[in-house]
Amino acid sequence: MEFGAWNLTFGYSEIMDRIAIVGIGMTKQERRKEAETFSDMVFEAVTKALNDAEMTIQEIDNIVTGCNDFWDGRTISSMAVGDASGAWDKNISCVEGDGTFAALYGMTRILSGSYATTLVTAHSKGSESISSLITNAMFDPIYTRPLGLDAITSAALQARRYMDRFGITEEQCARVSVKNHKNAKNNPYSQLPMDISVEDVLRSRTLASPIKLLDASPISDGACALILANEKSAKRFSKHPVWIKGVGCCADAYHLGDRDLSESKSLERAAKTAYQMAGISSPIKEIDVAELYDAFTYQELMWTEGLGFCNKGDGGRLLEKGETEREGPIPVNPSGGCLSAHAVITAGLIRMAEATLQVRGEAGKRQIDGVKTALAHGINGPCGQAHCVWILGK
Amino acid sequence: MAETKIELLTKYSGEAEQPFRYSIGKWGSKFLHELRDHKRLLAIRCPKCKKVYVPPRQVCGPCFQRMEELVEISDQGTLVAFTIIRFSFIDPETGITRPVPYGYGLIKLDGCDNHFQHYINIEDESKMKIGARVRAVFNEKRKGNLLDIKYFEVTD
Amino acid sequence: MAKRVAVVGSGQTYHKSQRLDVNGVELIHEAVSKALEETHLTRDDIDLIIIGNMDHFEGINYVDMWSIDGSGGLMKPTIKLTTGGTTGSTLAIAGYHMVASGLFNVALVIGWEKNSESDTTAAINTAFDPVWDRLTFAGAIGGLALEASVYMHNYGVTEKDAARVVVRDRKNACGNPYAHLRKEVTIEEVLKSPMLCDPVKLLDMCPRSDGACAVIFASEDVAEKTTDTPAWIWGVANRHLYTFINDVDFHGLHSLKNASRELYQKCGIKEPLKEIDVIELYQPYSFGGLLWLESLGLCKDGEAPRLLWDGMTDMDGELPINPSGGVIPTNPIGATGLIRCAEAAMQIMGKAEGHQVPGVNIAMSTGFGGCMWSDILLYGKKRPG
Repeated sequence: MEFGAWNLTFGYSEIMDRIAIVGIGMTKQERRKEAETFSDMVFEAVTKALNDAEMTIQEIDNIVTGCNDFWDGRTISSMAVGDASGAWDKNISCVEGDGTFAALYGMTRILSGSYATTLVTAHSKGSESISSLITNAMFDPIYTRPLGLDAITSAALQARRYMDRFGITEEQCARVSVKNHKNAKNNPYSQLPMDISVEDVLRSRTLASPIKLLDASPISDGACALILANEKSAKRFSKHPVWIKGVGCCADAYHLGDRDLSESKSLERAAKTAYQMAGISSPIKEIDVAELYDAFTYQELMWTEGLGFCNKGDGGRLLEKGETEREGPIPVNPSGGCLSAHAVITAGLIRMAEATLQVRGEAGKRQIDGVKTALAHGINGPCGQAHCVWILGK
Repeated sequence: MAETKIELLTKYSGEAEQPFRYSIGKWGSKFLHELRDHKRLLAIRCPKCKKVYVPPRQVCGPCFQRMEELVEISDQGTLVAFTIIRFSFIDPETGITRPVPYGYGLIKLDGCDNHFQHYINIEDESKMKIGARVRAVFNEKRKGNLLDIKYFEVTD
Repeated sequence: MAKRVAVVGSGQTYHKSQRLDVNGVELIHEAVSKALEETHLTRDDIDLIIIGNMDHFEGINYVDMWSIDGSGGLMKPTIKLTTGGTTGSTLAIAGYHMVASGLFNVALVIGWEKNSESDTTAAINTAFDPVWDRLTFAGAIGGLALEASVYMHNYGVTEKDAARVVVRDRKNACGNPYAHLRKEVTIEEVLKSPMLCDPVKLLDMCPRSDGACAVIFASEDVAEKTTDTPAWIWGVANRHLYTFINDVDFHGLHSLKNASRELYQKCGIKEPLKEIDVIELYQPYSFGGLLWLESLGLCKDGEAPRLLWDGMTDMDGELPINPSGGVIPTNPIGATGLIRCAEAAMQIMGKAEGHQVPGVNIAMSTGFGGCMWSDILLYGKKRPG
């Protein structure tokens, strides 16, 4: 068996029962939900998901909550949302990482034969704390943290390395921001719908060069819920189940100096696993829309390369040619992406929810025509250390 | 070459503060306003199971039901569990070691179905027993948090 | 398609009050190396890493990412779970589901904690709601003392009854090379120890420890190739019932009651006292070793002291509890629930050196933490049908 391989000896249909997403619910993402607690947000998302699936909480067999102790300022962050997730007298667990990882665990709890349905929730309120202190805490306390490194400054290092190696320009990065904020105008849940130009991005305040304000995602509050079901339950509950065709995840080295920040080997591996499971050999041809985790503009370009939408170093050109715009062959982030709304932990689950809406044809103004297969992506750890890739389809 | 013994080092985090501004929510805010301004305690009733919860919150866990009906409950109740804290620890809210000993317990306030956690006055330790009747003692100056109640005292 | 799953091996560090000689990542690696060594597996054979601890004890965010060098997760699927005290057992349950799913053949599950690096009670206080619970809360000890006060009031259980639990566990720990505290104590010593929160005294409580544990879960396709004596997972169940300490009903441990009833039903256990051969109970304090036996349905309410005094839960009793010594001698919190899993599996596999109970066919491990939450796993020597 291949090093770190998944059990892919057999074809998809043999190794995996069919699992579907039968319900989704999201709150609007906002800079500060002053009036709402974590529990209020999650209750809103869960109630919406149940309504969407036309299910009651009694029909949910088990729950996986996605949350993070540091972001919430509580050592057992899952405790806050127990009641709101319908935890009463049910089997429940918690994943501390991006929502895409929580969904993976939630799915295995059905595949294990233990449960027919899983409710996956995710929440965070970036507004309640000082983000740079929270993200500084992900760096090792002995050597790196005292340098004051945080999500933005570490991303700046990665951006610089990426741009330097491949000649990616600040203008190319800026285009991502222009595209995604414009796309957000079609998304009633997004926080920052905006009409901006490349010049607006270039002129925005520098946070840590080369990252400027409009190259970075905002601080957001939000929650999301997804209901997964096995085939029998999916057919029972849902008029429009969206099937999980493939999933992959992989984590790269931790210390920033231990890997070449200009490429994402862990994304390549995660994508390979997901594509193999889904039987995808030519991503641009076979994937109709992609929701990627663009915490920063340069990241969207890097992830399109890691996902095989183009060759390494060609991410900038891919966007310049318009290939990832709404009208292009591989629209990326019609929802506006993380650049337009970024509740941490939640963002990956929202990418899955958005991809689900696209496959259903229910994405309203942000719908891409004729979507049969969608890709959703989440990241975990500094500078995209770990990635999780989902392929969803009809 | 013989291994030289070295001093094993540690790194101090410094006073690593992580300040938070937690949202209290609609019902919690109403509770704290009433507490601060009128020394009154509010609870909330589940329309499905009729249970009354303090402090009020949006969701009844067992029913997974949104709650809306506020009810006023008494500031008196019965002690259902208690202990006397005798070991000191750093209070993460203040960074200061809590002075000990102090009484701490769960009170079933009259009119309420769940319990209320708070300090219990232990001037007379012999009075502390499960089933004792207790009453809230409020602070003169109140700020709108749970410590506006100074403690509960045994009224027997 | 769903697979049967077994524990095929584990590794633990020698738990101590402070491990100055290793940083967290190295501590994790120690346990991982031992598990790989015992099973004769290499990193190449591992398909998935699942890791957990309680964040604020070490103050590190995204521990699954930070620990990658030590956990073996480099270029593999790596995921983190945390649910407070129940973390270790939650991790074990995840190991089960992830492998049973058929997506991963072999999962390396790691629980660890370096409690020495922070103020334990202060960190535990931050687990509770910041607006309602935290201001008056007094950490795990305060919360448990409340439970004890109710139990004593309802059934006349005494501090001496509770001390008998401690005597058993501290004695058992002497046979466990990995335990943190390996010295027996007497009933008198427990009763004379300083009062922390009435009625819980210093020796009624567990210590805080630095330690790590790694357990390897394998699917039926590879389990029997890896070991002659896999410990099959027969079932898992849990309840994380409460959000607020105010809502807890302290008459019995309801989460344990509900989870165990579900598990017994799933696994066909009708008389747990007779049918289960050994229990590794996550019991951070003495009174839990009485009340929670009732919650598990081992005896009627109020009768647990009789089980203790009759010696039924001792090493040579009908249902030995905590042959490893359990939590009272050793508590690296994020690892503790997983150590219960490792120890229960070791009993089935016949690998509990120095503290083996003879003829174990069915074992149970539990996890406890959070707002009076419980996790349970049941293991069997026989492969489930």
